[in-house]
Amino acid sequence: MRALTWQGKHDVRVETVPDPEIVNPRDALIEVTSTAICGSDLHLYDGVIPGLLAGDILGHEFMGRVVDVGPDSTLRKGQRVVVPFTISCGRCYFCEKHQFSACDNSNPVAKQDMTEGLYGHAMSGLFGYSHLTGGYAGGQAEYVRVPFSDIGPIVVPDGLEDDKVLFLSDILPTGWMAAENAGIEEGDTVAVWGCGPVGLFAIQSARIMGARVIAIDHYPRRLELARQLGAEVIDFEQTSVLEALMDMTGGIGPDAVIDAVGMESHGFGVDNVMDAVKQKVGFGADRGHALREAILACRKGGRLSMPGVYGGFLDKFPLGALMEKGLTIRTGQTHVQRYTADLLRRIGEGEIDTTFLISHRLPLEEAPRGYANFSDNQNDWTKVVLKPR
Amino acid sequence: MRHHTPYAGPALAATLATGLAVVGLATLGQRRARQRDLVARHPDDAPARDRRAAPPGPRRTGHAVTINRPRAELYAFWRDFRNLPKFMTAVEKVTPGTSGRATWTIAAPGGSPVDLETEVTEERDGELIAWRTLPGSAVEARGRVRFRDATGGRGTVVDAEVAYDPPGGEIGRWVAKLFQREPGIQGRRELKRFKMLMETGEIATSDNHK
Ligand SMILES: NC(=O)c1ccc[n+]([C@@H]2O[C@H](COP(=O)([O-])OP(=O)(O)OC[C@H]3O[C@@H](n4cnc5c(N)ncnc54)[C@H](O)[C@@H]3O)[C@@H](O)[C@H]2O)c1
Ligand SMILES: [Zn+2]
Ligand SMILES: [Zn+2]
Repeated sequence: MRALTWQGKHDVRVETVPDPEIVNPRDALIEVTSTAICGSDLHLYDGVIPGLLAGDILGHEFMGRVVDVGPDSTLRKGQRVVVPFTISCGRCYFCEKHQFSACDNSNPVAKQDMTEGLYGHAMSGLFGYSHLTGGYAGGQAEYVRVPFSDIGPIVVPDGLEDDKVLFLSDILPTGWMAAENAGIEEGDTVAVWGCGPVGLFAIQSARIMGARVIAIDHYPRRLELARQLGAEVIDFEQTSVLEALMDMTGGIGPDAVIDAVGMESHGFGVDNVMDAVKQKVGFGADRGHALREAILACRKGGRLSMPGVYGGFLDKFPLGALMEKGLTIRTGQTHVQRYTADLLRRIGEGEIDTTFLISHRLPLEEAPRGYANFSDNQNDWTKVVLKPR
Repeated sequence: MRHHTPYAGPALAATLATGLAVVGLATLGQRRARQRDLVARHPDDAPARDRRAAPPGPRRTGHAVTINRPRAELYAFWRDFRNLPKFMTAVEKVTPGTSGRATWTIAAPGGSPVDLETEVTEERDGELIAWRTLPGSAVEARGRVRFRDATGGRGTVVDAEVAYDPPGGEIGRWVAKLFQREPGIQGRRELKRFKMLMETGEIATSDNHK
């Protein structure tokens, strides 16, 4: 089959690789009909997440048709499914608590050593996201082997085309969980850093939950999309974010702040430039300008929701501000399976639309061009969907 | 050694100051150490294998894992020793004999497999299985696996420990390697595979082929 493989920093290629097979009893094989490039893939593309090997197949947002099943799968051949990017067994303590991205059993045993050293515990397996999360082949391919297929994949009705449901695999639940983690209360103002796919879906979700939203980015096209979702916007290149947020909230600060930027924050603040240099020389430092700003902006006793991905260590973390102001942090890789059924219903009823986000549809063969542009032309390339055939 | 340059003064002063600081730290350190020694230590509640300084006697390695299944089920699966190779990768086969004896066939890297004769030394239904290798085996080892109910209905805590004398001889050397390479990792991985198998019915792999 054809698949998008990682070869090194800023080097991804579509290559011919062996077709996957059913290996374990609960597996299914999916023929991919649509797959997307995620902001998380850019961290891999930029080489700032460790644990990738040349030749690894990327992609964790995908959907398709079931073409084969193991004896213990509950899926049937021919069904159309969207597959969560988190691989979860459904039977461990964490899965039973619906903390699916903390699943004990989906990250292969030998791969867990690395994260146990780095984080104290190993997290669940993820598709196409380095050997720290299992080294599973990803979905930017013609076929994917899907473990625990009786738990993850959600069957979608034929009436809903791919563009409407594909993002159930990751960014829609991620935006939703980000808003949920903001603990929105009546009359709250929520500030969202980053108007990429995750930020935009967080804005949409926070609006549904009744919040006033202020969105921050520097790309006019992305800020315009945020505005269309009902947010007020701040362009951080023309406006001082901290002062603007204080003024726009009557001197209180936002009740909740959402970091939908992650470890590759843009900006030329001194802190960020130093982080960027360290990241370049492989110092293992994350780049956290947006996160620092969010903590400083947040009102006393407020909430910090952090869907943005970080991989290692952050310097000059404003721990004092966090502690003294008594903020609450909620974060994590999304517990996708917890949200898919509810969000599919909202899509079906027309409450949530996801298609506004897609700026480009490319054949899988052109995936490298998709990566380059989603990385470097972020204003216009808001989301890339790849079609294997 | 004497310095005659005009800069020797400040340099010397700096050296002296650092020296004094170091002396200061050293005295402080000694005082702390003395205070530490004055405190009588009582054994804490952690397993002996977790002590910073290994206690005398055979070496121990072991781990605990919580498995979301009933105690009786886990015990029964483990007690049927033929199941062990399903999650212990180094064990090719276990052949049960009479009166608690069993032969473990262990894969030797690059060579022919080695048989270890073992016997059960203690068993308490649903709670504990202890075994040892028979005298004259390639390695002298004792193992013990305990099963107890986890708190809050979380299933069963399985605690497995192996104690062994660093073995001698050619075979002993590679068996030692098997056990000691990255001490404890082997055992931890085996317990995790046991957990995967019991909780999910399979052992996770990211291989796309059998
Ligand atoms: N927690 C999860 O499970 C999960 C799932 C998907 C994605 N993510 C993460 O969410 C983050 C965003 O993903 P995405 O797909 O939207 O990525 P993206 O790269 O498309 O978007 C990031 C946006 O942040 C903006 N930005 C950069 N620096 C900023 C700053 N200092 N202030 C304000 N805005 C700034 C950029 O201009 C860009 O529009 C990434 O870190 C990604 O890895 C997490
Ligand atoms: Zn993603
Ligand atoms: Zn699980």
